[in-house]
Amino acid sequence: MAGALNPKPKDWALALPLAAFFTLFFIAPLGLLVAISFETERQMTGTLGLGQYAAFLTDGLNLAVLRDTLLVGAKATLLCLLFGYPLAWLCTRVSARWQAVLIFLVVLPIVTSVVVRTFAWIVILGRHGIVNEAILALGLSAQPLKLLFSETGVVIVLAQVQMPLMVLPLITTLQRIDPNLESASQALGAGAWRTFFKVTLPLSLPGIIAGTILTYTACVTAFVTQSLIGGSRLLFMPMMIFQQAMDLQNWPFAAAVSVIFMVSVLLIVAMLVALSRSRAARLYS
Amino acid sequence: MSQSAGHALTLRGISHAFGQVVAANAIDLDIRPGELVSLLGPSGCGKTTLLKIIAGFLRQTSGDVLVDGASISHLPTNRRRIGIVFQNYALFPHMSVAQNIAYGPIAAGRPKAETDAVVSEMLDVVQMAAFRDRLPRELSGGQQQRVALARCLAIRPRILLLDEPFSALDKNLRLDMQIEIKRLQRQSGITTVMVTHDQEEALGMSDRIAVLSRGNLEQFAPPSDIYDRPASLFVNTFVGTANLLRATVAGTSATGAAVRLADGMVIETGRETPLPVGAAVLVAVRPEGMRVSATGGAGAIGAEITAVMPIGPALIYEVALIDGSSVKVVQEREADAPLEGSVFLHFKPNRITGLFPDHSGDTHKKGN
Ligand SMILES: Nc1ncnc2c1ncn2[C@@H]1O[C@H](COP(=O)(O)OP(=O)(O)OP(=O)(O)O)[C@@H](O)[C@H]1O
Ligand SMILES: [Mg+2]
Repeated sequence: MAGALNPKPKDWALALPLAAFFTLFFIAPLGLLVAISFETERQMTGTLGLGQYAAFLTDGLNLAVLRDTLLVGAKATLLCLLFGYPLAWLCTRVSARWQAVLIFLVVLPIVTSVVVRTFAWIVILGRHGIVNEAILALGLSAQPLKLLFSETGVVIVLAQVQMPLMVLPLITTLQRIDPNLESASQALGAGAWRTFFKVTLPLSLPGIIAGTILTYTACVTAFVTQSLIGGSRLLFMPMMIFQQAMDLQNWPFAAAVSVIFMVSVLLIVAMLVALSRSRAARLYS
Repeated sequence: MSQSAGHALTLRGISHAFGQVVAANAIDLDIRPGELVSLLGPSGCGKTTLLKIIAGFLRQTSGDVLVDGASISHLPTNRRRIGIVFQNYALFPHMSVAQNIAYGPIAAGRPKAETDAVVSEMLDVVQMAAFRDRLPRELSGGQQQRVALARCLAIRPRILLLDEPFSALDKNLRLDMQIEIKRLQRQSGITTVMVTHDQEEALGMSDRIAVLSRGNLEQFAPPSDIYDRPASLFVNTFVGTANLLRATVAGTSATGAAVRLADGMVIETGRETPLPVGAAVLVAVRPEGMRVSATGGAGAIGAEITAVMPIGPALIYEVALIDGSSVKVVQEREADAPLEGSVFLHFKPNRITGLFPDHSGDTHKKGN
C-alpha cells in the first residue's frame, strides 16, 4: 500500500494558508518595520545604523512619554483588577441567570464601537458632565474636577473599556476551583477572609496573570481612548508613533520608536509570565 | 493519639427540601460517643444532604443538630469543629502535605511549635512522614486520603464525617484503607459518620447503619439486625439479596405467623405480622436461608432447577417454583455433581427475614 509507505502525504500543506497569512500580514511587516528602524536617514537612503535608537533613547522627553505610557497602562490594569476581581467572583457565585446578565454587562464595551463609547465617556467626564454635576451637587468639591484630558480620566476609561479582558479569564479560573476546597477550609476552622486569601486567591493566580497580560497590552496600545480622553496635551507612545510617521513623515524614527515600545511591553509581559511560571506552576500540573 | 473522648451526635427531626424535592424528612438519629455510623442508601436518597447539614454547609429547613446535647445549628461551619473528608479529598493543591495538615491549627491560632508538633504527630498517625513536603498531586489516591484524614484530625474534631471515603480507590487499596480507618477510629474513639452506597462497606465497618430511602430513615440498627431483621421491604431488598415468595397468612401464634405458599404448603415463619389470616404477604428469605436437596421432607416444597453457578466454595442455584416465580439459593458445594431437574426446597429454621404486605400482586421476586 502506497499510503502506508508515505503515511502523511503533504499534511504540512494544510498549514500553508495559515503560514502564508502570518508571513504576509504579520512576520513580513514586522521585519520591514525592524529593517526601516535601522535607516539612519529620514529619506531612507539605505545607510544603516543605530542612529534612530540613539536619538530616542538620549532624549529625556521621549523617555518620559515611554514611562508615562507604561505607567498609565499599569494604573489602568490595577484598577481593572481591583474592580474586575470582585465582579468575576460575584459571577461565579450567583445563579446561572444572573451570571448571564453580569457577563453581558461586562462584555458590553467590546460590542460597542470604540469611538462611540469614548465619546460617551467624554460626556460623562467633562466639566459639565454627569460626574462633575454630581460632585458639585453633593458639595464634595467647590470646583468641577479635571477628569477629561487628564491622566486620571485616561486610567478610568481604559479600565472600563478593557474590563472584559480581565474579567473573562478570571471567571474561567474561579470556576475551575473545586468548591469543596472552600468548604474544606471552613470545616478546618477558617473564616471567609482566611479562606479567600489562603485558598481562593492563590488558586486564581493563573487567571490574574492572564487577565493582567491581556489588559495591560490592550491598555498601553489603546490609541483611540488615550488620544480622545487624554487630549492633545497628554502624549502616549501610540500617538507619538502616529505623529512621527504620518505628520512628520519620519518613518525610520517611527519604526525605531515602535520597536522600542514593543520590546518594553514584551519585557513586562515576559516578567509576568515568569512570575506565573514560578508561582502558578505549583498549582496545576 | 491524644483525642478527647468521643462526643454524642444527635439529629432531631431534621428535614430539608430543595424546592419540591424532599432530601431529608424528619430524620432522628442518636449517635453514641465513639460510634461509627454509616448512612446507607441508593443514589439521591439524601446522604450527602445530611452530611452537609451536620457540617453546616447547608442549613436544614427544620430540625436541630446537637453535639453532646447542645444545639450547634446556629454555628457556622468554621466554629463547629466537625472534621470532614471529602469524596475527592479536596486537598489544597498549592500546599505541601505538611502545609495542608497545618492549615487547621494555624487557622485556630495555635503557636508555631504546637502546630509543628501536631503536624508531625498526624503524619505519624497516617504513616505519611516521608511525604511531608510533597504536593497533593504527587501522591497516589490512598496517600491523598491519608493526608485528608490527617488534615481533618489535626483540628481534633468532635465529630468525623466521611463522604464516600473509599469510592475513588481501587478494590485492593479500598480494603486496606477500610481496615486502617476503622483502626484509627477505634484508637481515637472519635464519633464518625460515614456516607456510603456500598452495602458491604457499611456492613463491615459500622457499629450501626442508618438506611435511607428518598429522604426517609428506614432503619437504624447494627449491621446484623439490618441484615437478619430488616424493618422494611426496602431495607430487605436494598441490603443483601432477597428472595420474595408470594404467600398468604395461614395463621398466627405467639411464635410467629404461619404462611401458605403458592403450592399449598404451610410453613412456620418465626416472624410476626400484623396482617390478618388470608392476607397476601411476601415472605423474604435470603439465598443462604434455604437449601435444595433431592429428597423432600417436612416443610419442603417442590421446585425445578433452572440454572447452576459454581462460585468457588459455594453453588448458586436458581430454581423455579410451582407458581412460576424463581428464587436463588446459595449452598456449600458437595463432593458430587450439582443437582439438576426436580428438587425440593427446604427452609432453614428461623431464617425468614420478614413478612411484608404484598401490594403489587405481580412482583414475585426482587433482588440486587
Ligand atoms: N443543591 C441542590 N439543589 C436541588 N436539589 C438538590 C441539591 N442537592 C441535592 N439535591 C437533591 O436532593 C436529593 C438528595 O441529594 P443527595 O446529594 O443528598 O443524595 P445522595 O444520597 O448523597 O446521593 P449520591 O449517592 O448520588 O451521592 C436528590 O434528589 C438531589 O437531586
Ligand atoms: Mg452524595
